[in-house]
Amino acid sequence: MIDYLTNRDFLLMVLRLVIVFGGLMGAFAYLSLVERRVMAFVQMRPGPNRVGPFGLLQPIADGLKFLFKEQIRPTGANAWLYLAAPLISLVPALLSFSVIPFGPALQVTDLNVALLVVFAVGSLSVYGIVIGGWASNSKYPLIASMRSSAQMISYELSLTLSVVGVLMIGNTLSLVKLVQSQEGLWLGFIPRWNIFLQPVAFVIYIIAATAETNRLPFDLAESEQELVSGWHTEYSGMKFAIYMLAEYANLIAVSCIATILFFGGWNGPSFGPDWMVMILPTIWFVMKISVFVFFYVLMRSTVPRVRYDQLMRFGWKLMLPVALANILITSLLVALS
Amino acid sequence: MIEALFFLFAAMAVGAAINVLVQKHVLYSALSLIVLLVSMSGLFILLNADFLAVINVIVYAGAIMVLFVFVIMLLNLPEDEDGADRMRWLKFLGIPMGLFLLFMILATLWNAGADAGVQAQMPGSPEAIGRSLFTDYLLPFEVTSLLILIALMGAVVFAKKEL
Amino acid sequence: MIPLNWFLTLSAVLFLIGMLGFFIKRNIIALLLSVEIMLNAVNLTFVAFSSRNGHVSGQVFVFFVLVVAAAEAAVGLALVIAMFRNRETLNVDRSNLLKW
Repeated sequence: MIDYLTNRDFLLMVLRLVIVFGGLMGAFAYLSLVERRVMAFVQMRPGPNRVGPFGLLQPIADGLKFLFKEQIRPTGANAWLYLAAPLISLVPALLSFSVIPFGPALQVTDLNVALLVVFAVGSLSVYGIVIGGWASNSKYPLIASMRSSAQMISYELSLTLSVVGVLMIGNTLSLVKLVQSQEGLWLGFIPRWNIFLQPVAFVIYIIAATAETNRLPFDLAESEQELVSGWHTEYSGMKFAIYMLAEYANLIAVSCIATILFFGGWNGPSFGPDWMVMILPTIWFVMKISVFVFFYVLMRSTVPRVRYDQLMRFGWKLMLPVALANILITSLLVALS
Repeated sequence: MIEALFFLFAAMAVGAAINVLVQKHVLYSALSLIVLLVSMSGLFILLNADFLAVINVIVYAGAIMVLFVFVIMLLNLPEDEDGADRMRWLKFLGIPMGLFLLFMILATLWNAGADAGVQAQMPGSPEAIGRSLFTDYLLPFEVTSLLILIALMGAVVFAKKEL
Repeated sequence: MIPLNWFLTLSAVLFLIGMLGFFIKRNIIALLLSVEIMLNAVNLTFVAFSSRNGHVSGQVFVFFVLVVAAAEAAVGLALVIAMFRNRETLNVDRSNLLKW
């Protein structure tokens, strides 16, 4: 046991875990600030800028406020499920990071079905919303969780089908091998990213991922103008904070998968001394994710919400056929070449 | 170590299955079944069927059970009423009979002496399953697509308000 | 190394629980859930034998079981909705119009 615990591999793994987990937690905290500031700039107001320089200490103030809030529970709510629901939505969201490669060396573990694992835990995250809405014993959360469950089933199909084309080109389910298959350049200046081979799949993926993460314009489960604030209406304090954490974790996970599948993962120019070569892939990866996150925040502040029937019609009558057609055409081309 | 994992998942599965029966409200039964499905995936991993474990979670827990939960919420059901059951005596007959059947199955199992350990080198990879699915089992595979089509039409027809 | 019999025993126990549920429960959705328990028990047996024999057929069969389960859930739940709309109850003992 002691041998195992002081083993070099084990210590390296602990180190990787700490880096990934710590980095992600910091990212989640500051994502809330980024979201509010960027939205404020879009709407031409300053946003939260009082705590610390540029409001940089705002997440800490928020965290303290969440910690010291009174813990309340609605009458008639199911105590266990009410407490468990935020955790049920957080755990799957964090689990998906265990297989995501942040760099050639910075990955907790690699599986040969890694991509499917991400989708599997992603499909479990709907239960956090559904159980939370049900256990609150309140009408708006209940409506939100019903909407959410129907929306998740509908868009998960397009989400899963959109990546099939990429898998056929990459010929693997392992995320590391998918990244490695996109190394190098075409004609000396175009990077070998899958986005140039699968533009339709990318558009479908981004739209379906927006719906899966409950972001505008598909945040029917939250829709604060109709349902107060959707499934977490009755949640406050730390439990609410955990829900927000899960939402940001899902957002980053979806951005990571988009980067890995379509934008070459950690691939990028590498130069400089040894330590730069080691650290650059992770920097490229984080920069690519940031672009996606920024895009999502911009979308939230500019696009209006769709109606529920529009959402369903769009998902089943447009996204799904296009995703299937994309698979058909891709498989034909792969078979011919 | 691996035996401990087996017992953990087995206890989770059996506990969740019993909880499905015990719960009065059908939503709690459905949530309990999800626990059963996840522990099933754990058991599949112990059997070196990684791909199947993941697919089990995606299809069963991620799609079929969400459908169940959605329907339960849509109907907004009350708790099961216990009273006017004409078949209540089935409980008292069913449990002993079930235990008897279990005893018979177990006796057969242990007599058969199939005590060889589960192999570790089993190819449960996506490639192996896909190859088998599209060569040896091509006809059943195509027939299942027909089955799904029929189920699709059946579901639409049944759920329609008026025919 | 886990003996094959452990998996088979667990599978038998789960199947029994599912079967008991099918006989005891009166709510039609609970009956469908019991069927799912039984299907899962069978799946476990398939995968255990597949692992034991080093052949992939058992796992392919689980795929077909999954498809059947999905079809069953879709049709069954549609029937449940239709039944609830007509009878206002899900108790299978109360849908006895064809019985006298």
